[in-house]
Amino acid sequence: MNITKYAAPVVFYPLAGKLIPWFAWATGITLTIGLIMGLFIAPTDYQQGESYRIMFIHVPSAWMSMLVYVVMATAGAVALAWKTRLSEMLATACAPIGASFTLIALITGAIWGKPMWGAYWVWDARLTSELVLLFLYLGFMALQASIDDPRRAARAAAILALVGVINIPIIHFSVEWWNTLHQPASVSKISAPSIHPSMLWPLLINAVGFHLFFATTVLMRMRTEVLIRERHKSWIADIVGVKP
Amino acid sequence: MNWAEFFTMGGYGKFIWSAYGAAAFIIILNVVLPMRRHKKVLHMLRELLKMKERE
Amino acid sequence: MDKAEQKTGLFSVATALFVRDIRLAARRSTDVFNPLVFFVIVVSLFPLGVGPEPNQLQLMAPGVIWVAALLATMISLDRLFSHDFETGSLEQIVLAPQPLTLIIFAKIAAHWTLTGLPLVILMPLVAMQMNMTTDMIYISFLTLIIGTPILSLIGAIGAALTIGLRGGGVLVSLLVLPLYTPVLIFGAGAISASAQGFSPDAHLSLLGAFLALSLTFAPLAAAAAVRVSLD
Repeated sequence: MNITKYAAPVVFYPLAGKLIPWFAWATGITLTIGLIMGLFIAPTDYQQGESYRIMFIHVPSAWMSMLVYVVMATAGAVALAWKTRLSEMLATACAPIGASFTLIALITGAIWGKPMWGAYWVWDARLTSELVLLFLYLGFMALQASIDDPRRAARAAAILALVGVINIPIIHFSVEWWNTLHQPASVSKISAPSIHPSMLWPLLINAVGFHLFFATTVLMRMRTEVLIRERHKSWIADIVGVKP
Repeated sequence: MNWAEFFTMGGYGKFIWSAYGAAAFIIILNVVLPMRRHKKVLHMLRELLKMKERE
Repeated sequence: MDKAEQKTGLFSVATALFVRDIRLAARRSTDVFNPLVFFVIVVSLFPLGVGPEPNQLQLMAPGVIWVAALLATMISLDRLFSHDFETGSLEQIVLAPQPLTLIIFAKIAAHWTLTGLPLVILMPLVAMQMNMTTDMIYISFLTLIIGTPILSLIGAIGAALTIGLRGGGVLVSLLVLPLYTPVLIFGAGAISASAQGFSPDAHLSLLGAFLALSLTFAPLAAAAAVRVSLD
């Protein structure tokens, strides 16, 4: 029905406003527990010493960097198929967050690489894939930023995200392939140390925390996006007027 | 385990703390920047409405 | 109109567009030559940068030639739609009753004929500069003939998304170059593998698979992008 479509951002804005504090608190509590477990409770790894503790943020942010891209492409596909404004806004809101997770994965990976490989940057398959993923996010954001009309921007970026999501497995595969050909097997890869449950728990808890963090910030960004895109609607005046 | 030992992290302290620090910085930036932008947009919309009322 | 007639109709429209694009390009031949000159210059700069040591050049040659091919294709992408957009003929094309995907495919084919194919023909020249052996040149020829169509196909998506945007040239490179990584890896990898005495077949098959995938999806995506850009 046309009414529900029209109403969606009206309902979404206050609803998201109510949800954000809950998600924010849940994020804070989960990440605190994850940090304490990761830094204090998890035992020292017998191969990598204490340095493996970087894994507790590196691996979840690498997971998130890919998940957010998939969410972004899915939202873009929904927006292209059904012309739903809210999913356009979701895709737009995803990009900077996904790029941030990718950046965290890259930086922590490079810092972890120093004690493991003796160099900050080694052309490891996973780091290289993350680097290309960062380029894909930057391209998405650059395309959207250079188109003035928000509808065209959202739809063009959605097509790019879909092309990207088909390409990511191929890029990942090609980089793995290239890596096995060029790296001697003796170079140790950044990999999860033989996982003991006391190491697995902080990893999973941090992963949950990152998901909650994503939910919090994506809602925050979407609310701003709603305000900008719907600024000519009358209900916006009520929201802006009511709030001091 | 005492605190000094905790911060040294068996010699890996500077790597662990710079990695955690960089991640924390990016995460906090992802909270602060959207909040500031939201406030700015609200402010702009309010100004816009005031202008419309005057007309 | 019966089915057979319609089919020939579609085909002739695509062919007509292909011929038209080539004729138009022939009239403005600098557009065609500039990327080729660019290709030769980029490759020639490498020995000046890293030194003329023949073995080192041979080692770097596959990567250098492929990167130069990527860049040369990329700077030629602007030609694909911008001229038609400025003259307004792109809008006519979009309104035509024939499926847009087919028409875009014809345009991509014309682009490859004018950019990819000349690059393949020109390659032995720069390959000798980089001290490539005859065997390496032969494999390079194979990788480029499979790989350059992919560059035109994926590039068309980027060109279509940026129609009429300011700073389109740099923007296209941001969108398209990351998507080119598999072509670079498989293309340069095949040449390096054969130079080291391994079979390049696996690389070539993967490159072929990527070509098949791009042939299927890229014209669709580019057509959708043209629609969005002209909306």
